Amino acid sequence: MKFADFISPGAINADLRADGKEEVIREMVQGLLDAGKIPANEFESIVRAILNREELGSTGIGRGVAVPHTKHPSVDQLVGTVAVSTEGVDFDALDGEKVHLFFLLVSPQDRPGDHLRALENISRQLRNDTFCRFLKQAKSPEEIRQLLEEADNNQFGV
Amino acid sequence: MDDAKASRTVTITNHAGMHIRPISLVAKLANQFRAKVEVIKDNQRANAKSVLEMLSLGGRKGEEVLLEATGEDAEAAVDALARLFANKFHEDETDGPS
Repeated sequence: MKFADFISPGAINADLRADGKEEVIREMVQGLLDAGKIPANEFESIVRAILNREELGSTGIGRGVAVPHTKHPSVDQLVGTVAVSTEGVDFDALDGEKVHLFFLLVSPQDRPGDHLRALENISRQLRNDTFCRFLKQAKSPEEIRQLLEEADNNQFGV
Repeated sequence: MDDAKASRTVTITNHAGMHIRPISLVAKLANQFRAKVEVIKDNQRANAKSVLEMLSLGGRKGEEVLLEATGEDAEAAVDALARLFANKFHEDETDGPS
């Protein structure tokens, strides 16, 4: 699975304002809403579901990366977005580090396989230090889109 | 004996596979040992102390992985991790991935 299969280009955020876990999730889900990827009347329900998942254990998976996510009945295909925080956010990450890079995923109830393949792709690409560092330093959504496209084309050698 | 080595092949037996929650438990447990511990699947290696690296292996139910440890407590580390795999990471079979 490639980034292009689930990242909504219109929802990418290169300059997260939020400085707390809930605020980050709200800002990113708002991005999906603005990009027309989720229905407005489901906004609160999706935010709540992602926060509930975080209660089970942080999705801050180390190296300044977090992958907040949930299943939700309002989507019929996997939708996701990327956001970068220059300052970094305390996300209760497993390694205690601040999180600078977020991949948020909302998947349909009945497609757990897609969700795992997306996480596998994200983590495989992020194991490449160059890709990871370039993403964290990206200054515009366009720059992030470019980096994801290059990763999809295996230009980071993973 | 600080270069002791231990290894064991284990099978992923929980329904949802190596998703974030079970992997987090593996990383937490691995971090309690001084040994370097790696999880190897299809010739891909991941540091067992890194959730990000293990997530990239994409381990599914029924697949085998090799646990490999190097260091003075290597045997204990492999023992503990193998038990966690055997216990399905304490997950209920009905749990979805997350």
